[in-house]
Amino acid sequence: MADAFVYDHVRTPRGRGKASGSLHPITPVELTSQMLSSLRDRNELDTSYLDDVVLGCVSPVGEQGANIARISALTAGYEQNVPGKQLNRFCASGLEAINTAASQVMAGQSDLAIGGGVECMSRVPMGSDSGAMAADPRVAYDTYFAPQGISADLIASKYGFSRDDVDGYAVESQKRAANAWEQGYFKNSVVPVVDRLGMTVLDHDEHMRPGTTKDDLGNLNPAFVIPGEQAGFDAVALQRYPEVEAIHHVHTGGNSSGIVDGAAGVLIGSKDIGDALGLKPRARIKGFASIGTEPTIMLTGPAPSAEKVLKRCGMTTSDIDLFELNEAFASVVLLFMQQLDVDHDKLNVNGGAIAMGHPLGATGAMIFGTVLDELERRDQSTALINLCVGGGMGTATIIERV
Amino acid sequence: MKTIRFEVDSDGIALLTIDVAERSMNVLTPELQADLSESIDKISSDEAIKGAVITSAKSSFVAGADLMSMVNAYEDGRSAAEKYEYARGFQQILRRLETCGKPVAAAINGTALGGGLEICLACHYRVAADVPKSVLGLPEVQVGLLPGGGGTQRLPRLIGQQAALQLMTQGTHLKPKAALEQGIVHDVVALDDLVPAAKRWVLETGDPVQPWDKKGFKVPGGAGLMHPGSIQTLMVGSALIAKETNHNYPAPIAIMSCVYEGTVLPIDAGLDIESKYFVTLLMDPVSRNMTRTLFINKGAADKLVRRPQGIDKTKVTKLGMLGAGMMGAGIAYVSAYAGMKVVLLDRDRDAAEKGKDYSRALLQKRIDRGKMASEKAQEILERIVTTDDYAELEGCELVIEAVFEDKGIKADVTAKTEAVIPADAIFASNTSTLPITGLAEASKRPEQFIGIHFFSPVDKMPLVEVILGEKTGDRATAVALDYIQQIRKTPIVVNDSRGFYTSRVFGTYTNEGMTMLCEGISPALIENVAKQAGMAVGPLAVMDEVTLELGYHVGKATAAALGDDYKPTTGSPVIERFVEELDRRGKRFGKGFYDYPESGKKHLWPGLSEVYPLADPQPSPDEVRKRLLYVQALDTVRCLDEGVLTHPADGDIGSILGWGFPPYTGGTLSLIETVGLQTFVDECDRMAAAYGERFAVPDSLREQAKAGRGFYAEDSMAARSAA
Repeated sequence: MADAFVYDHVRTPRGRGKASGSLHPITPVELTSQMLSSLRDRNELDTSYLDDVVLGCVSPVGEQGANIARISALTAGYEQNVPGKQLNRFCASGLEAINTAASQVMAGQSDLAIGGGVECMSRVPMGSDSGAMAADPRVAYDTYFAPQGISADLIASKYGFSRDDVDGYAVESQKRAANAWEQGYFKNSVVPVVDRLGMTVLDHDEHMRPGTTKDDLGNLNPAFVIPGEQAGFDAVALQRYPEVEAIHHVHTGGNSSGIVDGAAGVLIGSKDIGDALGLKPRARIKGFASIGTEPTIMLTGPAPSAEKVLKRCGMTTSDIDLFELNEAFASVVLLFMQQLDVDHDKLNVNGGAIAMGHPLGATGAMIFGTVLDELERRDQSTALINLCVGGGMGTATIIERV
Repeated sequence: MKTIRFEVDSDGIALLTIDVAERSMNVLTPELQADLSESIDKISSDEAIKGAVITSAKSSFVAGADLMSMVNAYEDGRSAAEKYEYARGFQQILRRLETCGKPVAAAINGTALGGGLEICLACHYRVAADVPKSVLGLPEVQVGLLPGGGGTQRLPRLIGQQAALQLMTQGTHLKPKAALEQGIVHDVVALDDLVPAAKRWVLETGDPVQPWDKKGFKVPGGAGLMHPGSIQTLMVGSALIAKETNHNYPAPIAIMSCVYEGTVLPIDAGLDIESKYFVTLLMDPVSRNMTRTLFINKGAADKLVRRPQGIDKTKVTKLGMLGAGMMGAGIAYVSAYAGMKVVLLDRDRDAAEKGKDYSRALLQKRIDRGKMASEKAQEILERIVTTDDYAELEGCELVIEAVFEDKGIKADVTAKTEAVIPADAIFASNTSTLPITGLAEASKRPEQFIGIHFFSPVDKMPLVEVILGEKTGDRATAVALDYIQQIRKTPIVVNDSRGFYTSRVFGTYTNEGMTMLCEGISPALIENVAKQAGMAVGPLAVMDEVTLELGYHVGKATAAALGDDYKPTTGSPVIERFVEELDRRGKRFGKGFYDYPESGKKHLWPGLSEVYPLADPQPSPDEVRKRLLYVQALDTVRCLDEGVLTHPADGDIGSILGWGFPPYTGGTLSLIETVGLQTFVDECDRMAAAYGERFAVPDSLREQAKAGRGFYAEDSMAARSAA
């Protein structure tokens, strides 16, 4: 089997996911095109060598619909022989796109491909694609569907994470993200988004609230009380987990991932194509895995997916230098650290989605790039990238610097 | 045609008057369906007929399906395909009605429920008479079914998914004017003008095409999963159904699925989906259980099926109520409300007045809510006379005592009362713990002494348990039952035993909860599983409500009464520990199994896990559920064996209406039939080995399982008494 190497990655800054967000006027195709253009330009890439552009997108409808990967490649000026496809593994879509592109290279059926993702949550709100999962009565009832906020609160209730615990985690995420921006850790990967006249629209993650304290967070109201208590979802969660006395609603906008706009892409290829095009490999993709877990609690997939990929690679957690787990909700990360006995010093060292936001389809590719940059900065070797996934899944990838 | 009078007037309008013989209300018998079908053929084929109006000769329109046939449908041995053909029958008659090519109006002269309303929905125009007692609705969900005559398809197409779902999943009854506001009927008129109004529509407007058969029809408010409002309705609706049913009742989600799946299709395809879901419900024991216990058997109980024969109907005009505490006050209220004069007696006038205050408060609430005129409330209050003088009991046909649970005190009031009441008056005790035979020893006329056991709060609880002492005579039983009918409650009749039927069996539930706690089973698991199994309150929460202290005293009293025969229950060490050692005596004392913080909700006392450390591993939720439900079912079988119960229907009705055993089961005995007799026996054998003799299977049940004889089989009680 061939190796899949990582040659480069870029991401856009993350704009606040509402009408006041800086990226709100930019269409999803435009945002993706700018990301793809930078990846081409900074590598002086002859795009005709690309065998595929694989992009994750979680709400692929409206202006994100109809295969945004192919359309964005065209509008970015990629050669027309470059095909594109869009995929959806919910929150891990961006990472899944990388894994898919890598697997094509490993199988010898692609030489060079891009994996990444996009989500303009200010323009195509979460849930715009509907779906049977939540709303077909038979399906939702039989699978004990609950929205992810309830699942996150269920995790906290079942595993004993208090409001103080989750807020404490969130404060640290903000602190680390602010520090990373101050120190310029992201500057090589974040490409500013520009308008039609070439003027910068956004060059930093605008969701962040540096200096947030626990007191600030303590003043926020729990976000999922209404769906839990009035729409019946607490009861549904307890039907699946009757050993939990009650759902304690601890998650707020402050300790959950932010709703933002953004896009990211990773250039992946074989050794030969790198040599031929004069590209320098930065890391090797050692392995990846996805897994299904109980769908009502939904967000407990990270640990099992991490264990699955570690086993596949013949590794243990002690072989991993840095962990990058998407901060969908604070309880998800706290549970992962508890289950795999991972120290916070090695995990999300530059903050995460609680501070900077979670553009659903793109996040997997963003955190993939973030941790690769950090391995290089620290001159360390291995990292595990991991996300919890809607519907009860987890996706994980291990990379190793070369 | 025997059930429909078919007349054509000079304008060419056929008037179909439904009149099912030998029934107080029209129900959808096979004959009525056949006659309706024949009428449709006439309307569509006879060129002289311009249109039609459907009405009823009775004070109601059509009250719905023939429930007896629904009970039998569960075990009639017919295949799903055969049941599907049956389900399609009525539905397709109505489809032919609305596509017959001529305008048809429903003249809804009175109550139209279930299939009755479905006939109306298949008409092109609906006008209802403004009759006070008339209600419209699709209440099939209450017997575990769905509106299978097109209701799930026509109603959402008429008024939108959300409103239709609300009505069908709750089984709501609407007054004609509310139905007009909801858009279910087109007009409400005076009864005199009903048929003329319907005929006017046929002549003047007379559109013979339903909205959903017109090109470009859209479901009001949207449908399917591409419409934001519809998505929201379906998503939240599904979760709320899960919350309300705990997955125990299959009908509400089936109704929702019919609406979701059907409304994105042409109506004929939607109707087909409805029929298929209808068949799944017919084949589910829940519909059999609910229909049999809550309608057929409860209906029979309300008609006093257990009343001894050959005794003239009696009526209580003056009731004596001894003791104006919570129970006495409640009994006084419901009796005065039902029109009786009530003498409310306590040790002094103040105490008696306090009891009357209860009625004042309840009536005021009704006035405030606009449910009663203050004059009417005043009349009721005036019927309650408070006193401390036994002489006022003179002339009472029935006296009920609800004084302190002490044999001596009860003997005293019995003697004082019997000194003044008429020779043929009946004396009843509302005791919940003391055997009636023992109390009757204080009576000069024990054949006129009976137990009438109410549940708290009396005004809300629908059941009354009548307890026959050894010497209680038939006339006493008849008077008690006639009285219970007067106050519009449902009676069951049981023989004397400690705890009678309801308290005794309910005690096995709380006992099992405490036993599991003692074994180290997670208290949250016990409480949540109990509620998810359909019990109204978890066993530990119930103990807190009635107080552990009361349980403690009852235990001590029972031990004293039984002497050497006393065997402590498996839960009694828990009660003793909580009362004697931990001083956590229940909710009234501010702490028990739960903590009761001043602000915020009650929660399980965190110290529980130190008193009873959690076992590892924990049992599955299903095992906890079985223990909590099966233990009650087994004790009900013992009540049949011991003659405490004389008929399974009393056991089933009493369990649901008395202590809130979950209705989907059909009651404690129907649960056993639902699980399957042999499966139940096998499970209990396993559980007896694991958890103790509480789960020991009575021989009678083992025999029944072997013979495959259900509790309601015709020969079941005979076989039981022979054994």
